[in-house]
Amino acid sequence: MLYLGPDQANRVQHVHNISDWQHYYQHQARVVEHPLLQQFYNAGMVPASTPLNQVPFVALDFETTGLNVDTNSIVSIGLVPFNLQVVFSSRARQWLVKPRFRLTDHSVTVHRITHSEVENAADLTQILPEFLPLLAGKVAVVHYKQIERAFLSAALQVRFGEGLLFPVVDTLDLEARLHRARPLSLWDKLRRRQQESLRLDASRNRYNLPPYRPHHATTDAIACAELLQAQVHHRFSFDTPISDLWC
Amino acid sequence: MEIEQIEILEFLKRHSPFQELPADLLEPLALSIDIAYFKADSEILRFNEPISALHLIRSGAVETFRRNGDLYNRLSEGGIFGEQGLLRGGKVHFPANALEDTLIYLIPEKVFHQLFNESDFFADYVEVGDSERLKTNKARVQASSDLLSATIGSLLSRAPVSIVSDASVRQATQLMTEQNVSSLLIVQHSDNDSDSGKLVGIVTDKDIRARLIAPGLDPEIPVSEIMSADPPSIDYQQYIFEAMTLMLRYNLNHLPVLKRGQAVGVIAISDIIRYESQNSLFVVSRIFRQQTLAELQALVPDVQACFLRMVNEDANSQMIGSAMAAIGRSFKQRLLELAEAELGPPPVPYCFLALGSMARDEQLILTDQDNALILDNRFDPPQHDRYFEQLAHYVSDGLAACGYSYCTGKVMATNPQWRQPLRVWQQYFKQWMQQTTAERLLHSSIFFDIDGVWGRTRWAEYLQAQVSQQARQYPLFLASMARNALSRTPPLGFFKDFVMEQDGKQNNSLNIKRRGTAPFVDLIRVHALAVGSEASNSFKRLTDIIDAGVLPKGRGEDLRDAFELISLTRTRHQAAAISQGTEPDNNVLPEQLSEFERKHLKEAFQVLNNAQKFLKFHFKA
Repeated sequence: MLYLGPDQANRVQHVHNISDWQHYYQHQARVVEHPLLQQFYNAGMVPASTPLNQVPFVALDFETTGLNVDTNSIVSIGLVPFNLQVVFSSRARQWLVKPRFRLTDHSVTVHRITHSEVENAADLTQILPEFLPLLAGKVAVVHYKQIERAFLSAALQVRFGEGLLFPVVDTLDLEARLHRARPLSLWDKLRRRQQESLRLDASRNRYNLPPYRPHHATTDAIACAELLQAQVHHRFSFDTPISDLWC
Repeated sequence: MEIEQIEILEFLKRHSPFQELPADLLEPLALSIDIAYFKADSEILRFNEPISALHLIRSGAVETFRRNGDLYNRLSEGGIFGEQGLLRGGKVHFPANALEDTLIYLIPEKVFHQLFNESDFFADYVEVGDSERLKTNKARVQASSDLLSATIGSLLSRAPVSIVSDASVRQATQLMTEQNVSSLLIVQHSDNDSDSGKLVGIVTDKDIRARLIAPGLDPEIPVSEIMSADPPSIDYQQYIFEAMTLMLRYNLNHLPVLKRGQAVGVIAISDIIRYESQNSLFVVSRIFRQQTLAELQALVPDVQACFLRMVNEDANSQMIGSAMAAIGRSFKQRLLELAEAELGPPPVPYCFLALGSMARDEQLILTDQDNALILDNRFDPPQHDRYFEQLAHYVSDGLAACGYSYCTGKVMATNPQWRQPLRVWQQYFKQWMQQTTAERLLHSSIFFDIDGVWGRTRWAEYLQAQVSQQARQYPLFLASMARNALSRTPPLGFFKDFVMEQDGKQNNSLNIKRRGTAPFVDLIRVHALAVGSEASNSFKRLTDIIDAGVLPKGRGEDLRDAFELISLTRTRHQAAAISQGTEPDNNVLPEQLSEFERKHLKEAFQVLNNAQKFLKFHFKA
């Protein structure tokens, strides 16, 4: 999960506004060159009209050394497949990744992943053949969309010379739609009313989900999957089309 | 392998029956779990649909229901459900709904069955069927009672008094005098932390006399010169009989007690003698040696200690109930001896009766006195009653002084109504059975548990025989007794720190007598009357009932196990109060019960509930 550290150099990539991901995947499958990416796009994507209870999801969480895709790296990846009924935590996966840039002492304290641990970790190139098929054909779910897609795309760009784009549902964004629909009025500010926190644990708490230990990639991915289940149960319906949620 | 499911694993480690599992079962379990979210008021399991996972509540609350829609259980964090379905053919047995927003951990069927096969504890915990689980629990209680398992730790009453080895003998004796102890532990004085405080010797009064005073040494020599070096010691977890063996073998009067190598106390031979004297046999024999009421009264702490000791040794409720009744009976008998010595011999023969829990051999520490007098048929009130009135008061006041409070319902021989010749008693009993009234039913439930403790005790047996022969001839009387026995019902179970009633209401505490043991005793009495049992003790009555074959197969055994469990819970609750120095009572708070106890109690209540339904049907009550 994202840690908003002291240097908030917010330089993340912005993606094109795609709504028909099925069509995008079909197109990409024809143009990409790397076999892993061809395989990825050939797995296809559900149509935009697919009701939520028929969508295969996968919750993702990357722990990174910082927020800048050009100077920071992925240190761990957590992933869990799920649907609206069950979070398949028994099939959750986690990888430690050898970072392209060195770990800062600060990120060590946050993620509790040490220098020696990542020394022995595999390079992302070795992890991708396992990781990409688990993501293929599924809609990714993250809490704060600016991290996972951007870092993955940047990492692929460096290694394969080609980026990667896929649909994500952002549970933070779904919370913001509810709680940040309207900015605080002057009256609210005078009364020192606080904005509702959109952090993962605070969001979960609003749906009576238990607190989990943060900054552990698998746990954060599971936490995020549970949050989407709760959000859909409370605020959407099983028939809501996926296009209402993804971006 | 590093376990990735930290949250799940940590959660399992906090809840039964998972925390008891060995790591080699627990870690694969954590990795096998899937998760599901349910919004408040949504359906989790529907009756008779396939079920493929044990459900463990991670957060939230769930209600399970019987097929007819009655509430079966309410569960919170750590609660499990769905086990019956998994054990009975993979179909949902008790449907479940989310009471709050709920997160469920799903334990796959295959893993559930694996745990069931590999862990006895897990199997016991989730075992289907009330009787099975209760029986296992009871077997466990009996096994441990055979071990006489009291440990040294239970004898320790104060921290050890010790001094460093380079202190002088004078300093040592000053400390002993100050602390009023007859022995002193000598510990190593060292700058090296790991050795500091290590026990190196012991000095007793006798050592000072024999090794310092007699040879005429200087009291300023170091205490290490007269101590017994490297004395035998015992671990606080060892059994008392092991300490006795050790002290006999080395002819020791004092034995240091260690906990993880550090001295935590000393036991003296007098501690062991005191402990042994709390044996109920000793208490009874001492009752008969006391010459005055004041002396009898002085035995009250021993009675409590005896009760505590039996509970700590895991005696079952029958052993405790009959030992405490024997003690109570002895007090009565000794008081009657003393009364006769003071008042002279009785003008006509009599029988002094015990009623209620003492007559049933089911006495606990918190009890009032129910008693009565059967007098010879030649009893002539103007001539004789003054004597028996005085006798009754002597005993009643004496019992009150010894901790058996006066009966608030005035069921005591001091009440002229309960001080009558045998023929009047026979008339009473007949009347009570022939024409029932609310008051007579109450009398029946008290006086039909009867025991002669002194004098012509066979008269009590006459009355007992009358009841056992006549009661079944009066179906209306039995139906009324049955109705009475249904007036007090058990709760459904527990939810969080509340007692949950059959209708789902929640209360803070549970009167374990009113809601547990008393309705059991009442129910068993009705069946016993109907089958002509002459026993007073509920367990013995139950044996007669089972032999008579009136209960559905296996139900009698279930009743016995459930009654034992509820009785033991009540006994232990009172023992806990005594050891904490508070007044024992019958109010059990759910937070005092472990998850395990709650689960078993819930099942015992269920057995009682079913038995009450059967009673209602059987006697058309």
